[in-house]
Amino acid sequence: MDLFIAIFQGIIVASTPLVLAAVGELVVEKSGVLNLGVEGMMIIGAVTSFIVTYETGSHFLGLIAAVISAGLIASLFGLLTQYLLSNQVATGLALTLFGLGLASLIGQTYSGISLNAFPVFDVYLLTEIPIIGSLLFNFDYLIYLSIIIVVSVYYFLNKTKLGLVLTAIGDSHDSAHSLGYSVKMVRSLAIIFGGSCAGLGGAYLSLVQTPMWVENMTAGRGWIALAIVVFAVWRPLWVLVGAYIFGGITIIQLHVQAVGVNIGAQYMSMMPYLVTIIVLVFISMNKNRLAVNAPNCLNKLFTSDL
Amino acid sequence: MFTLQKKDTIDQSSLYTVPLIAIGCSLIFVFILFLLIGKNPFLAIFIIFIEPLLSVFGLSELIVKATPLIIIALGLSIGFRAGVWNIGAEGQFTIGALFGGAAILAFYPTSGIWILPLSFFIAIGGGILWGMIPAFFKARFNTNEILVSLMLTYVAILFLSGMVYGPLKNPEGFNFPESRLFHDSGTLPIIFPGTRAHIGFLIALFLAGLMHYLLKRHKFGFHVKVSGESTRALVFSGRTANYMVYLSFIISGAFAGLAGVIEVSGPVGQLVPAIPVGYGFTAIIVAFLGRLNPFGIFFAGLLLALTYIGGEAAQIRLGLPNAITGVFQGVLLFSLLAAEAFTKYEVSLKKMR
Repeated sequence: MDLFIAIFQGIIVASTPLVLAAVGELVVEKSGVLNLGVEGMMIIGAVTSFIVTYETGSHFLGLIAAVISAGLIASLFGLLTQYLLSNQVATGLALTLFGLGLASLIGQTYSGISLNAFPVFDVYLLTEIPIIGSLLFNFDYLIYLSIIIVVSVYYFLNKTKLGLVLTAIGDSHDSAHSLGYSVKMVRSLAIIFGGSCAGLGGAYLSLVQTPMWVENMTAGRGWIALAIVVFAVWRPLWVLVGAYIFGGITIIQLHVQAVGVNIGAQYMSMMPYLVTIIVLVFISMNKNRLAVNAPNCLNKLFTSDL
Repeated sequence: MFTLQKKDTIDQSSLYTVPLIAIGCSLIFVFILFLLIGKNPFLAIFIIFIEPLLSVFGLSELIVKATPLIIIALGLSIGFRAGVWNIGAEGQFTIGALFGGAAILAFYPTSGIWILPLSFFIAIGGGILWGMIPAFFKARFNTNEILVSLMLTYVAILFLSGMVYGPLKNPEGFNFPESRLFHDSGTLPIIFPGTRAHIGFLIALFLAGLMHYLLKRHKFGFHVKVSGESTRALVFSGRTANYMVYLSFIISGAFAGLAGVIEVSGPVGQLVPAIPVGYGFTAIIVAFLGRLNPFGIFFAGLLLALTYIGGEAAQIRLGLPNAITGVFQGVLLFSLLAAEAFTKYEVSLKKMR
């Protein structure tokens, strides 16, 4: 039972950065923009939150720093793609390269230092409940925040006017524009929101998962977050399912190795990537499912006045 | 705010001005960055961008680093012209290195002039094979080729590592994760004695010329151009829409695979887990900086190679982290994309409503 609880907690902790980054990217893609810079925004969030937390001793300020810094470099992406009409794929790649480089540069003197553990959400009696207490009420508050963000995004996209406008812009920017909605403004806001979420995901890595700064510590999670959005077929609640499955594969693969199953470590580590490919293929095979939720204008240039 | 008006014709001189403006902006950015982190910006820029060009060693290393960048970027440029996004050249490069290296090792004690050509052949096949996976899914099910080719990069890097830790490990190597050193029949001839500059650079130069010819004079170039304009036009020109998807991945896979075997039989000389160092990603910038033009790519490859060597020099001499190379490359691509807007569109200011 203890092993089960340990695996369960491990999965939740491994998945939360993916949940945060993926739900942010989902909103961006719903508005019709493909931002491939998730990895770069995550690592910027990871390094700034670490530095600010280390210098001020406040985890909260660290999180704020992650949200602001990642939102800022996301707005650079927004400026280029929305107002200078640059190619989204190339700009996203530039964001990733730039973010990884800049993070290593500013984190240079901080590498190897570790932080105090992140405070656990500790409601006295709830945590004491056997099994369920450890399964549900023994986490840091960011995990609960990530779930709240997912549910809010679901509510926002489906039940609020602005959410429906955003979806409409993603489906047909020309019609939305003729109705008088500001396509560029809504998309820019979505991009900044996506960046802030990715930044929080990065902060989770450097403040909670392994409370230290390591160069390139995102290790491809930004790309997996992009795959999770497709896996979820652009439905917010499915982002949770997708992220927990991917986190699960990572953790279970570690435990299988620990038990001593005799497959090379490298082949086990391939699992999350191979599963991502298989899932992507299966989802794209089923065209009807994709068609309902996929934003029609994804990665298409919007040029008003042209 | 401002508005953008599409220009009717694109100024031909933008082929040169856009990359130059982008390089200028990036230099200004790193100049400010050096000031902020308290290093002498003039000295740092001199060490990174000028000094490597002043010695035989620096120049020969420039050639060594530029070779894989140019070859991979030439292959990628075809797909990018046609709107097919192969982001996984790093993986195809790694598989080329692994397949080619394994072929060289398979004939270990034997020597012969046929070993290198055979390993090149196998490496190119490996690169194509790896590139065909995303191409097939893209053509068959319209699966996103960006994500699939990228995921396959991680798989390829782990596969190389698994092979070098396993079957390809040097039996006399005290259990270190590296293969045997290739013998003379498995290493590329050196152009300038005493340096690492090898014949692969001439291959890169030849391929740039070949690509230029194909794009300008051959029907192939016409299809590439047409498919970049629209899929419908490609269909009217007598090809199916999937033709360009397969062709792009075959070419970029083959070129990346070739670059991989050139890297292991050239400067590296054996298989190690650290062969993939990001050339496949940097080559994307090379392709864009070179404006997808074969000779543009040639010079862009040399420039980006300079940032690698200069970055290493700055690390040793100034204690700057190697990451400065990545920052410069990212800023360069940003400035390039921004500068492009000013050539495609007429920018005019307008009052806010």
